[in-house]
Amino acid sequence: MTIKLPIYLDHAATTRTDPRVVEAVLPMFTENFGNPGSRNHSFGWRAEEAVETARRQVADLLGAEPKEIVFTSGATESNNLAIKGAAYMYAKKPAGETGRGHIITAMHEHKAVLDPCKRLQKEGFDVTYLQPQRDGLITRAMVEAAMREDTILVSIMWANNEIGTINEIPEIGALCHERNVVFHTDATQWVGKMPTDVNRDNVDLLSLSGHKIYGPKGVGALYVRRRRPRVRLTAIQEGGGQERGLRSGTLNVPGIVGLGKACELCAQEMDNERDRLLALRKHIEEKVTTALDVVQINGHPDKRLPHLTNISFGFVEGESLMMATKEIAMSSGSACTSASLEPSYVLKSLGIGDDLAHSSLRISMGRWTTKEEVDYAADKIIEAVRKLRDLSPLYDMHNEGIDITKIEWQAH
Amino acid sequence: MAYSDKVIEHYERPRNVGTFGTQKEIKERRDIGVGLVGAPECGDVMQLQIKVDDSGRIEDAKFKCFGCGSAIASSSLATEWLKGKTLDEGLSIKNTQIVEELSLPPVKIHCSVLAEDAIRAAINDYKTKNGITADTKAHAH
Repeated sequence: MTIKLPIYLDHAATTRTDPRVVEAVLPMFTENFGNPGSRNHSFGWRAEEAVETARRQVADLLGAEPKEIVFTSGATESNNLAIKGAAYMYAKKPAGETGRGHIITAMHEHKAVLDPCKRLQKEGFDVTYLQPQRDGLITRAMVEAAMREDTILVSIMWANNEIGTINEIPEIGALCHERNVVFHTDATQWVGKMPTDVNRDNVDLLSLSGHKIYGPKGVGALYVRRRRPRVRLTAIQEGGGQERGLRSGTLNVPGIVGLGKACELCAQEMDNERDRLLALRKHIEEKVTTALDVVQINGHPDKRLPHLTNISFGFVEGESLMMATKEIAMSSGSACTSASLEPSYVLKSLGIGDDLAHSSLRISMGRWTTKEEVDYAADKIIEAVRKLRDLSPLYDMHNEGIDITKIEWQAH
Repeated sequence: MAYSDKVIEHYERPRNVGTFGTQKEIKERRDIGVGLVGAPECGDVMQLQIKVDDSGRIEDAKFKCFGCGSAIASSSLATEWLKGKTLDEGLSIKNTQIVEELSLPPVKIHCSVLAEDAIRAAINDYKTKNGITADTKAHAH
């Protein structure tokens, strides 16, 4: 079998839209183009019907009721609505005062969680940012230790986007329910890949995104629990009162239909896909760790997403590694491309040294990734690491028994 | 990010990769000057070694680099330029010349600064080893 280059191994960034999704979406642009808010003609009714079908498809993937799904523009908006909306609704004191309530989240959350939390801090809320363990795990015990009398909200991602570590979500949810605290999870990387049941897993608010699960970009959803307990939110975007007043704005019907179809396909294919991708992940990890020394697989050894691996290659810099493997699309833990020169804050929060954080690759596989592609990528990565180590003064020092952490480097 | 053709060319066929010996051996050789600049946590470390002949001319130069493509290209270029130069001529190489030659974008200018620092450090190391007054003018970071 011939391999088509470039190879896409960055499915945690985004996925190709499934052709079956595209097929479902297209008529919504041309034939079924109505505004679901038009209550007095058939164009509106048909569009509304399509949206309600999608709402059920999303709800079914989560074990939720259709009424509990709010369509948004993506996981970033869902996170903003969940976190700010819950904080404003359950605030203990009015705007302008301090001590308005306590929120717990973690240092290695996505920026779309961290930045809303930072804003709330400026608005009089207190936020605790939990430091993950070295494997990236956030446990129930860690959340419990941070709980206070005035804790109103906990936001912990289901699985981390850079390292794939799966947090103790059902356990943290149970804790929150015991303490009457609202529990939000950013499930962008989890949903559609792993079985989800918001009731079994004790989740009150859950963010998801269309384009991570073979659906379109620009659409996502927020699950908002309606029973046991009923969770209420203050709307962030105001206007025409769509989505039960929680998210005003004409519905993105093509996007929503695409998200619904994507969810339906994930529900059907998840079990097979998970096993297949896990086998591929184990294959690439084994191949790379067998061929190279000073390699570290980041994240939790077992509690980790099946399709994603984050590997640090000692003494090799991430960006040059990407350059040497340019026909393979992956992500680097090094942010050398930005002006900051800061490596990934996620890897840093795990206590991984800056040198190894600069030397990491995130490889994420998807629905169409083949064994041949993974083999090809592994061979290329191994070849590139060897080439760059031949160039690396740090690898020489390592081989001469010099501890590079003991050298007084001149940071510039 | 898009790299210039020259960066890609140096990256794919780096010139003068290597060392004149182990760290320990190099320390004892008076004809070799070494510059080791940067820091692993910043994602760039350059090691530049020059071999100076009896007449004070740089007869050979070698580098190793841990860093991005632009850092590798900058150090590769530096070795090319150093060969055949006197120490003073070597010291006159400026980072802006490297920026120009490799068409480095603004976020990569630090790579050229690092290369200039490496040149300076290697020449000064040679001078110190041989009892010549070193040029103390270093880059402020």
